[in-house]
Amino acid sequence: MKSNLERVLREKKFAVTAELGPPRGADPDNVREKARILKPYVDAANVTDNQSAVVYMCSLAASVLMIEEGLEPVFQITCRDRNRLALQSDLLGASALGIRNVLLLTGDHPSIGDHPEAKGVFDLDSQQLIQLTKKMREEGKLLNDRELTKSPDFFIGAAASPFNEPLEAHMMQMEKKVESGVDFFQTQIVYDLEKFKKWVSEVHERRIDEKAFIIAGVAPIKSLGMANYMKNYVPGVSVPDAVIKRLEKASDKKKEGIKICLEVIDEVKKIKGISGIHIMAIGWEEAVPEIVESAGLFPRPAFKE
Amino acid sequence: MIVAEIKPLEEIKEMVKDKKGVLLVGCNTCTAVCFSSGKRELELLQTQLDLSLENPKPAFWQVIVRRACEPEMVTEISDYTREVEAILCLSCGIGVQTLSDIFPKKQVFPALNTSFLGRPEKLGFWQEVCVACGDCILHLTGGICPLSRCAKGLLNGPCGGSHEGKCEVSPDIPCAWEEIFTRLKEKNQLNMIRKTKEPRKVIRKPRYLLREDIFEDEK
Ligand code: SF4
Repeated sequence: MKSNLERVLREKKFAVTAELGPPRGADPDNVREKARILKPYVDAANVTDNQSAVVYMCSLAASVLMIEEGLEPVFQITCRDRNRLALQSDLLGASALGIRNVLLLTGDHPSIGDHPEAKGVFDLDSQQLIQLTKKMREEGKLLNDRELTKSPDFFIGAAASPFNEPLEAHMMQMEKKVESGVDFFQTQIVYDLEKFKKWVSEVHERRIDEKAFIIAGVAPIKSLGMANYMKNYVPGVSVPDAVIKRLEKASDKKKEGIKICLEVIDEVKKIKGISGIHIMAIGWEEAVPEIVESAGLFPRPAFKE
Repeated sequence: MIVAEIKPLEEIKEMVKDKKGVLLVGCNTCTAVCFSSGKRELELLQTQLDLSLENPKPAFWQVIVRRACEPEMVTEISDYTREVEAILCLSCGIGVQTLSDIFPKKQVFPALNTSFLGRPEKLGFWQEVCVACGDCILHLTGGICPLSRCAKGLLNGPCGGSHEGKCEVSPDIPCAWEEIFTRLKEKNQLNMIRKTKEPRKVIRKPRYLLREDIFEDEK
């Protein structure tokens, strides 16, 4: 059966996804609570996989907790912590547990995380993982061609980097991912609309948007510190000086942060080739309902079985 | 070449402090070229040990082999080892293991940390450029090795951490995939990386190389 996210996108409704960061602890209620907050406002929520190479509850377990709360997960899985055996068995397990969306990532390098001495596996990369997942789905076979008793059923997602230079190198990566079997992309967070529009027109030129859905990443900024951190330290995020200035001036930083986010959403909605937004408010999940409502994206589409 | 550096003096002192006689063995090949195992380094290390160890301290001797990785060349220094209890080996890990095999009754200590397979970029600055993976693809990547020079050893182009020529792990480290991209673009060979390369087929287990054309099995 198709995932809810896939149905929303295929029926050309503007999709809304959010991000759910699992806790640093064995605490199911933390996930359940965030899931309850997000559920009415999004079509599916991504569960991050040891985000930024920092240890959290595993994304598979958190995805299952979300399903129990009635929120559809986008199961994120990276090549950093698993070799090809573990990647394949985790994907099979995820499908068996009812997960229908996956986001396949290379993963951040362990040296930037909280266990910098950890061995980064990188036995496969995201390109190869996409090919492999598609092969399991379409051909019912493992990497080594052994037959599966049942194919996993996934809507396959990947990351896109609109702000990384050189543009051409990262465009090639996107084209390769599409060729390998990606159904949808979620982009890095957009603040720099000018650059983003340039990127989308390049994507359009190469007709990537005809072959895969593109969901634009957005995120409310909570404080000036966070804005500066993102500008300087988060790979692939571009925060224009104008945004920093606005936050400097604002007396209520959070309110201004949400306002900026809403302006970005407004612009992004108008861009041809963009099929939805992905709200990355990790640690600030409570902001999502307000953003979705104020952006005029509530209620979310519902499908009869 | 194999690049190595001398261990911290304290660590070496701990190894040899209770020994009566210690033979310092240098190697005159790769690690001598990177200033870690030649005559000068042996002299310097012996002086430092002599000055900093407390009495009773070991008596030291020195000898340099041409290549500490080759059993035949190591056997040539047998005479030097007779009197000593321990050998302090200034060579890469291969040399340390060869000495341990040839002189099983002696304690053999590594004086160096073997760093990587690399080359000097400037005086006093070396870079890793090969991981001895066993399946060379340099003809497809513009002569730049992604397995050693990309932090994640990726085979299929830059990750999302690559930006303006730098790698996500450090602003001081160039992104190997951007270097590959630029080099191939200059050569008009971007098609080399347009298709996704398959997962690597090298099996990682203890490796041996046998060349039938020169192999002699003494029966
Ligand atoms: S930034 Fe470049 S060198 Fe660093 S891990 Fe990514 S692709 Fe490899």
